[in-house]
Amino acid sequence: MSEATSETAFEAVGGQHSGSARAWIARRAEGVVLPLAALFAGMAAFSIFLLVIGKSPPELFELMWRGGFSSWFSIQNTLSRTTPLLLAGLCVALPARLGLAVIGGEGAIVLGGVATAAIGEALGGSGLPGPLGIGVMAIAGMAVGALWIGGVGALRHYRAVNETISSLLLAYIAIAIMNHLVEGPLRDPASLNKPSTQPLEAAYRIGSIPGTDVHWGLAVGVVACILCWVLIEKTSWGFAARIAGGNMRAAQIQGLPVGSLIVGFCAIAGACAGLGGTLEVAAVHGAANASLAAGYGYTGILVAFLARQNPLAIIPVAILLGGIDASGGLIQRRMHLPDATVLVLQGMIFIAILFSDTFYGRFKAFNPELWTEKA
Amino acid sequence: MAGSDIGLWGVPLAILGGAIRVSTPFIYVSLGETITERSGRINLGLEGILVFGAMTAYAVAYMTSSPWLGVLAASGAGACFGLFHGWICKFPKVNDIAIGIAMMLFGTGFAFFLGKAFIQPLAPHLPALPFGFWSDIPQVRAALDVNVLFLIGVGLAVILWWAFRNTRIGLIIRVVGDSADAARAMGVDPDRVRLLSTAAGSALAAIGGGYLSLYYPGSWNESISSGQGLMAVALVIFSRWNPLGCLAAAILFGGAGSLGPALQSVGLTHGYYLFYAAPYVLTLAIMIATSSPGRTLSGAPGELSITK
Amino acid sequence: MIQRPACNRRQFLKTSTAAAALGVLGTGSAPAATATLGFIYVGPKDDYGYNQAHAEGAAALKGMAGITVIEEEKVPETVDALKTMESMINIEGTGLLFPTSFGYFDPFMLQAATKYPKIQFRHCGGLWTDKNPKNAGSYFGYIGTCQYLNGIVAGHMTKSKKLGFVAAKPIPQVLLNINSFLLGARTVDPAVTCQVIFTGEWSLAVREAEATNALLDQGADVVTCHVDSPKVVVQTAAGRGAYVCGYHANQAPLAPEKYLTGAEWNWANVYKLYATKFLGGETLPNFTRGGLADGFVKMSPLGKAVSEPARKQFEAKMAEMLKGNYAIIKGPLKDNKGSEVVAGGTAYVETAIELENMNYLVEGVIGATS
Repeated sequence: MSEATSETAFEAVGGQHSGSARAWIARRAEGVVLPLAALFAGMAAFSIFLLVIGKSPPELFELMWRGGFSSWFSIQNTLSRTTPLLLAGLCVALPARLGLAVIGGEGAIVLGGVATAAIGEALGGSGLPGPLGIGVMAIAGMAVGALWIGGVGALRHYRAVNETISSLLLAYIAIAIMNHLVEGPLRDPASLNKPSTQPLEAAYRIGSIPGTDVHWGLAVGVVACILCWVLIEKTSWGFAARIAGGNMRAAQIQGLPVGSLIVGFCAIAGACAGLGGTLEVAAVHGAANASLAAGYGYTGILVAFLARQNPLAIIPVAILLGGIDASGGLIQRRMHLPDATVLVLQGMIFIAILFSDTFYGRFKAFNPELWTEKA
Repeated sequence: MAGSDIGLWGVPLAILGGAIRVSTPFIYVSLGETITERSGRINLGLEGILVFGAMTAYAVAYMTSSPWLGVLAASGAGACFGLFHGWICKFPKVNDIAIGIAMMLFGTGFAFFLGKAFIQPLAPHLPALPFGFWSDIPQVRAALDVNVLFLIGVGLAVILWWAFRNTRIGLIIRVVGDSADAARAMGVDPDRVRLLSTAAGSALAAIGGGYLSLYYPGSWNESISSGQGLMAVALVIFSRWNPLGCLAAAILFGGAGSLGPALQSVGLTHGYYLFYAAPYVLTLAIMIATSSPGRTLSGAPGELSITK
Repeated sequence: MIQRPACNRRQFLKTSTAAAALGVLGTGSAPAATATLGFIYVGPKDDYGYNQAHAEGAAALKGMAGITVIEEEKVPETVDALKTMESMINIEGTGLLFPTSFGYFDPFMLQAATKYPKIQFRHCGGLWTDKNPKNAGSYFGYIGTCQYLNGIVAGHMTKSKKLGFVAAKPIPQVLLNINSFLLGARTVDPAVTCQVIFTGEWSLAVREAEATNALLDQGADVVTCHVDSPKVVVQTAAGRGAYVCGYHANQAPLAPEKYLTGAEWNWANVYKLYATKFLGGETLPNFTRGGLADGFVKMSPLGKAVSEPARKQFEAKMAEMLKGNYAIIKGPLKDNKGSEVVAGGTAYVETAIELENMNYLVEGVIGATS
């Protein structure tokens, strides 16, 4: 009994058994082969569905490839959709390492965007140089997001309010506040039929990576993922957080500052989401409006769980989801299928990938510990 | 029919009517999720199952001209989804929260896909009992038109509350939810209990969906759900896994949801978005007020992944 | 405000052919034998309302020789819209795109138009100005006039003298509809009032039902709406015994006993106009608006409940409007807070550009925009 718990605790903090390079490859390969196999299994299941409704699976997969990945245009399409998912995924993954299920990233995104637009409006005409202005707006977005989700963490630690429910409620409340502000006090009177805040000055807009149609937010998102991974895997706070995530009570007994960890990690998660809102406003819309509530926060939950809460894995997962979304339109148009078809595809693929979690450690080929057991 | 002018009375009347009308799907989903969570599983896919139940109920009701057959079909469909969720989650290391979200996508997508053909046709509605027959005022009558499913839901809440305390099945579910090892020691297979609990919970959620499409709002289209499935899961935690608490929470939530339009109708129009957020603010406020660090989530099933 | 020629159909044919001759409105392309037209909807194609009206218009094109129609539904008003447009252009070679939701205009369609100067974009409901790219444009129908006619019938049929309006958001096009509905009813009885409730969302079934119930609780007995899918409002109101006037599409099959009439789009006409011109290689006009006379909008057939006097006044007013130059919004007009919004002697015909900025509710409307 205790062996198993100490073993899981050991693994929770990433303990590695000593082994050869072959063992190292085998362990890493598991993390790639299993999800890929699951992806194919999910697509196979979806093919059956297509055959039942009289559509051609090869045609669909060809369109998926074409729409998401096969040309430079498609790749850019996919990458544009990836950016918000990176940050939304981080907002779920970071608290999850602590054992918290925070699902209200949508609220932080939305309020981060509003804060960005408000600061951007205040800075208008001030003569502050572009990059500085963007920096100030980003700080505003991150600060508001950090407050929002940090608040969730605080409620959890100081009042034992379940973070799943509080973050969900706060997300709905945040969207209501955003709508109220965008259509009321912050509204730009010239935005007639689509109530929005004042458009940002051109200097404060984030542009595209040169030579591409993808805005710099992608780079920001990737850097954020890397930084979060470093935080969790390579710093002592991350180590402490992972211990707390494995067993909160044991961590408290050990004297770890559980309260600061919870609030701190939630705040960082909220800052990521808030930054996502900033990017949506500064790089995509140019103003804050109701389109900020586009559901990225909820998709982020899926991204995080598919990536098994690993910030680096969030990058390929977000790209996968972006690719499916990008090709979804093409599938709709060419095969005369309703938009709902893409949801069915996503659901099947994700169930398959999540199901494949159960196979980790079961196959001998990937499990170096079992290699020495020769019957 | 043109009613007498009731002025400010419109607000409490709307709250009463809303508490009955709007709360019903929340009652079913939260009761269903209570059963599931008491057995130690969390099923976030109920949002998708709710939508699928709505579509199934509407489609079957339209095709058979019987709303009750529609409700029955919806519960069957819900049970199937629940069985799938329960089966797949019993494998080690499969995360039930994530599976729930994936099923939410799948259920919603599948419902929209199959439901395209049923948006135009009209399906028969579920009956309502006119509890307001004593009044001459049409508004009172309308507010007190209580749907049969609401009454069944109330009854179900009482039965479940009693069953969890006093019956063998209730005890089994609770033991499985608190400690899988203790259950095994009792000779009970936790996975099987969870499988059936999830199926039962999903069946109830699907009935909640059927209410949406067959009574209020009484229509099937792709904007039928406003997150009721997800919110109801939150209400389960809010009510501390107590079926009677779920009933109270659902009624509170439904009543608060009518506040927005009702206040606008009597002239309080400024900041109407904030009034629309009233149910969420209220729930959060009560949640904060009734939680304390001293007692962590008391009553939480020990095996539930989000409370471990 | 920038002056713009009022565009009804006769005039837009005149200006565009003349301009094409002078080469003023941009270059026309050589006549194409085939063309691909792309339609982008923000919601599901079969919502019994806004998006369905557009899809039905697009469907009318599917039989036309040389035209391929591609459609995509449920495209959110985010970068997805831009990418969808680009995808339609790059992958299917679409030459003329119709993004049909308000939020697609700025920045997404404008960005796409700047990036693809040879492709034509026409936006539904937006306000194209000379500052915008020449290969872009906007079109819309004067559905306010239809709501006025709705109001006339409603004014006859109401017994409580109170009407109800379920509205999504207080944007100019919605406010114009509300005001027109009330003003139409007031031509029957100046004491009629109209209460409006804003749901805050374009499509949210439960809130629309609650709003309808709240209006009926306050005494309204004829209800109409401006939401993406009027199905719920129609069914809820009719279910409680109130009359309904439809919007976007014909909802009569949902409540045949209580449906009076409805304000409908007739996008098929608009899209056929564009398609024919496009196929013929002619320049497309940048700013297109049309009303009843141009066939851009139409009324649902009058329901069986409509009384004879209502029918008579309805038909008389319709005939008057078809002659053109009818002004619904004319002075002296006060808003519901008491200030004058239109001076005596001023009249705004349906084509007046000032109407696109409307930000008030006229006297007699109970409710506020914020």
